Amino acid sequence: MAAQIPREHRRAAFWFLLPALIMFTVYVVYPILQSFWISFHEWDGLTDTMEWVGLRNYEDLIFYDFEFWTAIVNNLWWLIFYLLAPVFGLLMALFLNQTVPGIRIAKSLFFFPFVISQVVVGLVFSWFYDPSFGLLNEVLGLFGLPTISLLSSERWVTFAIIFAGLWPQTAYCMILYLTGLNNINPEQIEAARIDGAKGFKMYWNVIRPQLSPATFLAIVVTVIGALRSFDLVSIMTSGGPFGSSTVLAFKMYEEAIFNFRVGYGASIAVVLFLIMAVYIAYFLTRMLQQERSGG
Amino acid sequence: MKIRLALATAAIALMTASAAQAGTITFNTDNADPAPRAAMEALIEQFQADNPDITVEMNVFDREAYKTAIRNWLASDSPPDVVTWYAGERMNTFAELGLFSDVTDVWEDNDLFDLMSSSASALAYDGVQYGVPFTYYQWGVYYRTDIFEDNGIEVPETYDDLIAACTTLREAGIAPFAIGTRYLWTAAGWFDYLNLRTNGLDYHLGLMAGEIPYTDDGVRETFANWQRALDADCYIENHAAYSWQEAVPFVVQGEAAMYLIGNFITPFFPPDDIENYGFFQFPVINPDIGMYEDAPIDTFHIPTNASNPEDARRFLAYLAEAGVQTQINEALLQLPPNSDAVVLDDPFLEAGFAMLSAADGIAQFYDRDTDPEMARTGMEGFQEFMVNPDRLDTILERLDRTRQRIFR
Repeated sequence: MAAQIPREHRRAAFWFLLPALIMFTVYVVYPILQSFWISFHEWDGLTDTMEWVGLRNYEDLIFYDFEFWTAIVNNLWWLIFYLLAPVFGLLMALFLNQTVPGIRIAKSLFFFPFVISQVVVGLVFSWFYDPSFGLLNEVLGLFGLPTISLLSSERWVTFAIIFAGLWPQTAYCMILYLTGLNNINPEQIEAARIDGAKGFKMYWNVIRPQLSPATFLAIVVTVIGALRSFDLVSIMTSGGPFGSSTVLAFKMYEEAIFNFRVGYGASIAVVLFLIMAVYIAYFLTRMLQQERSGG
Repeated sequence: MKIRLALATAAIALMTASAAQAGTITFNTDNADPAPRAAMEALIEQFQADNPDITVEMNVFDREAYKTAIRNWLASDSPPDVVTWYAGERMNTFAELGLFSDVTDVWEDNDLFDLMSSSASALAYDGVQYGVPFTYYQWGVYYRTDIFEDNGIEVPETYDDLIAACTTLREAGIAPFAIGTRYLWTAAGWFDYLNLRTNGLDYHLGLMAGEIPYTDDGVRETFANWQRALDADCYIENHAAYSWQEAVPFVVQGEAAMYLIGNFITPFFPPDDIENYGFFQFPVINPDIGMYEDAPIDTFHIPTNASNPEDARRFLAYLAEAGVQTQINEALLQLPPNSDAVVLDDPFLEAGFAMLSAADGIAQFYDRDTDPEMARTGMEGFQEFMVNPDRLDTILERLDRTRQRIFR
């Protein structure tokens, strides 16, 4: 293939790619390498003196920082439970994918949580969970159940935040699936129907395979969203109570900005980057394989 | 063409630079509440009328955002000329990094060592004055006088009295203390007072400076006293879910009787019901130990790279004047550090002023007296202790490991 492209075309391609490459190098590749470099230093972020400490930041992180492990475990919970978003998103998309009058309004209402800022979502849910006037406890009260305070319970706090995060994330996945459903070939459905497929069988054998690009995208954005979760934690609990709801991204911010330990913060960033890189590499290879086999 | 453009840019740069020298001061502050802000604006207008050659540009920021933004300004090439900040370790951190300039001359030229003798040491680092104080306030117990009367409780003079009051109130179905520990520092108020009353100021400051381990017997004694408050069920439930403001309604609605907090709580008390609110000093634990208090000071500083330090010094001197400090503190409902300034006619401020004038010594506050990272870990530990007191040993060991790493 490549041999058939005339030389001047290839040169043109190079020039067209150049601006993007420059931007990518300056704003993405260089900062990543810089983070690696900073993570080997002790640095307060304000002065010019960076002290080389080798791997000490990583040692501190792995062997002495109990909160780092809390953050890793919490990130794991985020990863697992955030994957409910594509599932719910798909269900909602299937439900909303009908031609009834007013369905557009319904769709936009369901999409609404994704449009509002994460900060607002966080605030709304902290009020919802509030032990003295929150809606959740009002409802529990109606059934005679005792008041619970999710955001100050170290056991439930992470799940309460994840639940808040699922609200906009589900809406996002729903939109991905709705566009996917739009692209389904109606003739195939017609043919399947003539062959007697309906209900779950129809979904599993006809619709699901055609939705796989949407599924792929929904899972990738959800995994990345789970790993970089920060806003909700910061707004709803600031990592509390006593650090039990912290996640890697929040801990990194806290160490670098509040504790003047930019080197240490950078080492957390590196760990987070490596975890993400593993996931992204896995999904990219899978996607390439699928493209090759599926054409 | 290129050269001409470069020249033009240089000329513009020169013009703006000289304009700045002709007297513009940028002043960044986090006093965002309406009343203090209006008072500050009025004072700036007055300053500009007295000094027609100087213009002050005030930028007001949200309080929490300010704490992160200030380090970017200070480290930049063109920081503001005057900033508000906090005395104690918070100031020392920036002084040590060389980000605040020495303003000892302002103190000397304006007789401030006399007028503000009580706060001079809090503004000094390595024997040099790094800023000028403009306001301070007391900490103590704010309480509902009517609830105390109804339950036959006298103002507690000893810690035993306080614990007994907690028991009486609980029996009457009232939560003794409101507190919201979501942002942690309210728990540090309790730690400060218990530690100051149990071990005294020198010990407390030694602990803040990282010289005394958190596993020390003195600290354990402090926590044993705290344990008594937990055993007597002194605090409202679910306090980790509330910010300090969100816990105020418990007191206002009469569900809780007391709140250990700074004087900034008083604007939240309903004005038509104000006679039902009172203030008392945190009671004695060990009679051999002096009465030391927390009284955080808010301050003005000139960043080292400020472009207009001369005019900034004049502005600083102005802000230290007695009349000016009277006006700012009337709006803030706080106390002026200048001894010639007038304390607002307000029962809480007068009580606080009398208490602080008689105090044996003053601490700033846990998160202003110790290293920022130590403060964070420490306050998380205090909150955890309040919820899970059985984890005390683990918490203290963790705090001490952090102390050893930070102060190594």
